[in-house]
Amino acid sequence: MDIEKKLINVKYKTDNVPHLVLNQEICKVCEDKVCLTICPANVYKQALSGENTDNDAKKSDTIECISVEYENCLECGACRVACPYGAIDWKYPAAGCGVAYKFS
Amino acid sequence: MTENFREKIDAIVVGAGPAGVSAALAIKRGGKNVVVLDRSENIGSKNMFGGAVYLNSIKSILPNSYKTAPYERFMTNHTYSFLTEDEAVSVNAVGKNQTTATVLRPKFDKWLVEEAKKEGVFFAPKTLVKKLIYKNGTVVGVQTEQEKYFAPVVILADGVNSLLAKQIGLRPEFFPKDMVLSVKETLKLDKKVMEERFHLEEGSKEGAMFEFFGGLSEIRTFRKNKKRLVTPFAIGFLYTFKDSISIGLGVSLEDLANYKMRPYELLEKFKENPAVKKLIKGAEEQEYSAHLIPEFGFNNLPRLYANGVMVVGDAAGLVNSAHFEGTNFAIESGKLAGETAVIALNLGNTRHNILKIYKEKLQKSFVLKDLKSYRNVVEKLYSRKKSILYYYPKKMAELMETVTCVDNVPKKRKFRKFFGSIFFERSITELFRDFKAFLRLFFDIMF
Repeated sequence: MDIEKKLINVKYKTDNVPHLVLNQEICKVCEDKVCLTICPANVYKQALSGENTDNDAKKSDTIECISVEYENCLECGACRVACPYGAIDWKYPAAGCGVAYKFS
Repeated sequence: MTENFREKIDAIVVGAGPAGVSAALAIKRGGKNVVVLDRSENIGSKNMFGGAVYLNSIKSILPNSYKTAPYERFMTNHTYSFLTEDEAVSVNAVGKNQTTATVLRPKFDKWLVEEAKKEGVFFAPKTLVKKLIYKNGTVVGVQTEQEKYFAPVVILADGVNSLLAKQIGLRPEFFPKDMVLSVKETLKLDKKVMEERFHLEEGSKEGAMFEFFGGLSEIRTFRKNKKRLVTPFAIGFLYTFKDSISIGLGVSLEDLANYKMRPYELLEKFKENPAVKKLIKGAEEQEYSAHLIPEFGFNNLPRLYANGVMVVGDAAGLVNSAHFEGTNFAIESGKLAGETAVIALNLGNTRHNILKIYKEKLQKSFVLKDLKSYRNVVEKLYSRKKSILYYYPKKMAELMETVTCVDNVPKKRKFRKFFGSIFFERSITELFRDFKAFLRLFFDIMF
């Protein structure tokens, strides 16, 4: 099932600053990586070994093992509760930003 | 907001959902100035739920205008459906009860806010509270992205994730077992088709709602090629709106994590079940959404108040998930916190020894009474999930098959075989445990 197909219908106003920040040091040694499956918007993806699919992240010095497509976040909070190591710094997007439901 | 007004604020409410608005109304009606801060640009656009509100509950805070809310349909048609992979046994009740209505939250929450504005409640949308301002052991105000607001009492109605309640230690860190993840799709469906499909009177506001149990178990292969039945603790729902339906699942976060299931894949699997598929045929995807439901319940209730602060609604975990109820708990807890705020402000003391009145009021209301009688429900149902969501739906389908199938086999033999199977096909201790759990819940709720 394509989550992208579901997300097409969701309206967002994207915040420039990511509201979800991972402590990648923890992620590197995490064996569960429950974030990869629990997110209803598939925000967390395994980055290819050493490389990153995200263009912005390529510029940064740190090699990330999990990429975060925070723009797709539905702000449910599942990842924060599910991460057994508290490695997700979970905040709300800036006021007025993020998901904007119309029919829910 | 002018400096002048800000100096006169008696109470700050964080979050403009039903709990927050209800609290603000009670405060304003007590003659106090109140401001409601909400992080969304259009109030209601961050809010999501299965689909229904309760008219008696809305009437309790808006007795004159509750009939004018943007109700979509009134739930005259309730169905409980037990699913196997390809069969369904349903109980359907058609009644005159028109006290449960579906609403779309962006519309409904906006209406609620407009009603409160008419009475002089001040709203500040697009305002994100970053943290509470805490001085000498008392909450004295809030820090937003831009500015600070100060008031003798702050009410936290900031929803299930309540980062603010966590900030001041009113609630501990949660674990997946404390939460259910709800994923939902709103699907557009032609009105005529809907009326025919759900047996609703043409052109009326009659509506149907469904709860689905089972149908999501799967056989998984584990180490050493051992096969095991995996049953996610999930309950499906369907609600009808004016010209759309919502279809969704509430799934235990713990099971999602343990079984590494993707919530949207489970939702798709649910939608593919033959009994469900028929109901949503031809409906077009309109919106996908997700939300957490707090399930920590009475046994793990967070602290509901402290010096200068009270917590209401989802932020305090006040829901009865067994009945899909939440907005009524939000509205009632908001109202009681608002009334307590007025008492405290009049006394000029908003410390915990006064704000405890809020908890006393909650204890006398249905909120904590229901939470208490249902304190073991989720845990017990979870412990018997394979029975409820796999075994009994299967047996119900078998019983119906036994009753309806005409095949020249003597009835006596057929019924004996069926009832015998209940005792002998599983270990008898399973039946005993199911019965024990049932008795426990029965006595909890009745006595």
